[in-house]
Parts: sequence; C-alpha cells; structure tokens
Amino acid sequence: MGESIVLEIARYSPERDAEPHLETYEVPLRKEWVVLDALNHIKDKIDGSLTYRWSCRMGICGSCGVMVNGEPKLGCATFLSSYAGRKRVRVEPLRYFPIVRDLVTELGDFLAKLKKVKPWLIRTDGPLLREGEYLQTPEQLDDYRQLSMCINCTLCYSACPVVGLDALFVGPAAIALAQRYNKDSRDRGAKERTLILAHPDGIWGCTFVGECTRVCPQHVDPAGAIQQYKVGSALAWFEGLIMPKKRRKTEDRHGAAAD
Amino acid sequence: MQQPTKVPHYTKYHPRWFRPRVSVYWWLGQWQYLRFILRELSSVFVALTVIMTLLELRAVVQGPVAYARFQHQLAKPGVILISLISLFFVLFHTITWFNLTPRAMAVKVAGKRIPEWLVAAPNYLIWIVVSGAISLLILRG
Repeated sequence: MGESIVLEIARYSPERDAEPHLETYEVPLRKEWVVLDALNHIKDKIDGSLTYRWSCRMGICGSCGVMVNGEPKLGCATFLSSYAGRKRVRVEPLRYFPIVRDLVTELGDFLAKLKKVKPWLIRTDGPLLREGEYLQTPEQLDDYRQLSMCINCTLCYSACPVVGLDALFVGPAAIALAQRYNKDSRDRGAKERTLILAHPDGIWGCTFVGECTRVCPQHVDPAGAIQQYKVGSALAWFEGLIMPKKRRKTEDRHGAAAD
Repeated sequence: MQQPTKVPHYTKYHPRWFRPRVSVYWWLGQWQYLRFILRELSSVFVALTVIMTLLELRAVVQGPVAYARFQHQLAKPGVILISLISLFFVLFHTITWFNLTPRAMAVKVAGKRIPEWLVAAPNYLIWIVVSGAISLLILRG
C-alpha cells in the first residue's frame, strides 16, 4: 500500500450517542482523490454505517458540503492531496445546522427561509406564457448571472456566524437568491420580497463578516449582494424622504421599502 | 458537584437531532472571525479618536493655557499608549472598510462593472489628499 492519510470523521448516531464524537480512518492518499472519494472508500471498505449526502460528484448538486479542518467545503471539490502535509484531516457536518446522523444535517429551516424570499419570477402583468418568452439582452442577463450560480450547498450558512447566533436571520444564500430575481429584468416581485429582505432578520441582520463569499464554491458573492441591497434600500428610503412622488417608482425598481 | 449528563440533547419536536451550541468564543477559532471582531471593535477607538479631537479643539478655543494643559495630559505614558492603540485600530478600521467598498458598490460604466480596485482607489486618494492638506495646515500654522 502506498501513502495514506488519516481522516477524523464526526460520528453521531441519534439512537446511541448523546453527542457527536470523532472516529479515525486511514485511507489511501491518491492524487486524484477528493474528500468524497475518501468517504466513499470508508463506506465501501471500512465502515458501511458512515452516513453522508452526495450525488453528482462534480460541484453541481451542492449536497456533499462538510466542514474540512473547520472550513466549509464541498467534499467533491476538496482534494486530499491539499492536506498531504497534515497528520489528520477532520471532517465534520456543516456548522450551525442540526445534525441528523454523522455528516448529514437538517436543512428544513434553510429551505423554509429560501421559500420565504420567493425565489421565482413574479409577474402578474404582461403577456401570458403561451404567447411567448420574455426577451432579455445580454446586459440584462449579466445583471444577475453571477447570483444565479448558487447551488444551495449551504456552505455560506456554515461560514456565517450571524446564522449561528441568530436563528431568525434569513441568511446569505436566500438573500442572494432573492437579489438574483430582483435584478432580473423579467421580474416584478422586488416589492413583495422587500418585506422579508429589508428587515432586521434580513439584510440588516448581516454584519458583513464576508466569509459567505469567501467559501462560496460558485463565486456567487452573497456578501456583495446583501451590501448592495443595503445601499439600494437606504438610497430608496432617502429618495422617498425628499421626493415622495418618486417613491413608488423606486420601490418597484429596487424593492426597497421606505417604511 | 454537577453530575455529568449523558442524556441526549433532545428538543421538543425533533428529539433525535443534535443541535450544537455556538460557543461564546466562536470568534477565537479562526483568523477571519477574529479579524471581523477586531474590525467591529475598532469602532470604539474611532469614537475615542473623535472625542479626543473634539477635546483638543475645545482646548484650542479656550486659549494657550488650556491647550498647554491639554498637551501636558497627552504626554502622559498612559495616554500615549492609548493613542498608539487608537492609531492602530483607526488605520485598521479605515483600510478594512475601504477594501470592502467595492463589494457594497457595484459601479458600472457603459453597462459594465468596473474593476474593484477602481472603486477602492478613490477612497485612498481622498484620504491621502485630505490628510496631506490637514498636515500642511498644521505644520505651516
């Protein structure tokens, strides 16, 4: 057997354990192996009871997020060779989420928050769908393209201390996704989303730690989206204060409530 | 003596989920979080610097005797130490926030977002120009 590496994996069995504990496994250190390959190796060859989520193995589905040495990472995009110099690599479930078993976290709260920001095109005016598609220029697409890359992997939630400290905080991915639709020229739902976003549990809950952007595997920049919404919201409030007639127009454009 | 508990952290509706508690010292674990806390803490020293400047202005208005007394107070070792710490935090506050400006402002020219450094650079430029002008004013005066 060639080189190997030791993985410390957090294990939690709800039937047996009071709290998670670490178990160590030695796996081959292969150049092309990622953390997910190591987990699959352990499940296939060493301990079949190890529980974790995975699906696409190519950074698209966003289901294999774990903490690797304290950093939120996609298991399928984190090469073991990056940790070759370390004695041990610690793999734990994503931080700030309830743990169901081993590396599997409960995402119900995240999904409920996601739904709350209405991440879909809201359009009550204009032609019906059967009459044709809404056309968009490349510039209009560029406005939200980066934000549309989110794969809901929740790494940003695990990187955000506000998520851990304030259970009501809507969170980076949900706000970024709301902004993805707010910035979409086909959407007319900015005002509806304002009720959730321009709120102490929405954008104003964010303290701009900036870690959500750093850990995002898709380079979505949720922190930037939130700060830009804050600026837009504050400007709309100020605009409404000095030019009340223009207020309605601005709210429709930025989705920023003055109240 | 408190008995060690082996009872699972049951919750009302989902008794089987384990809900880890966030430590009070969560910010000490990683440099990024410590840096964030230091950035937040720097606001205290920014406020302190503003108060010191206002007190200095008041001393100037009150006349040479009051200003000499104020300068004497400033020369005390404790005040010098606090001033040095304040200087570090004010610089830290300024630089970190200037560097974050491009993230909060997506400036577009001719439909395209301009590079981040172009958004941050004017902040530094204005900072240098204003500091230079004030220094010139004080040194000449």
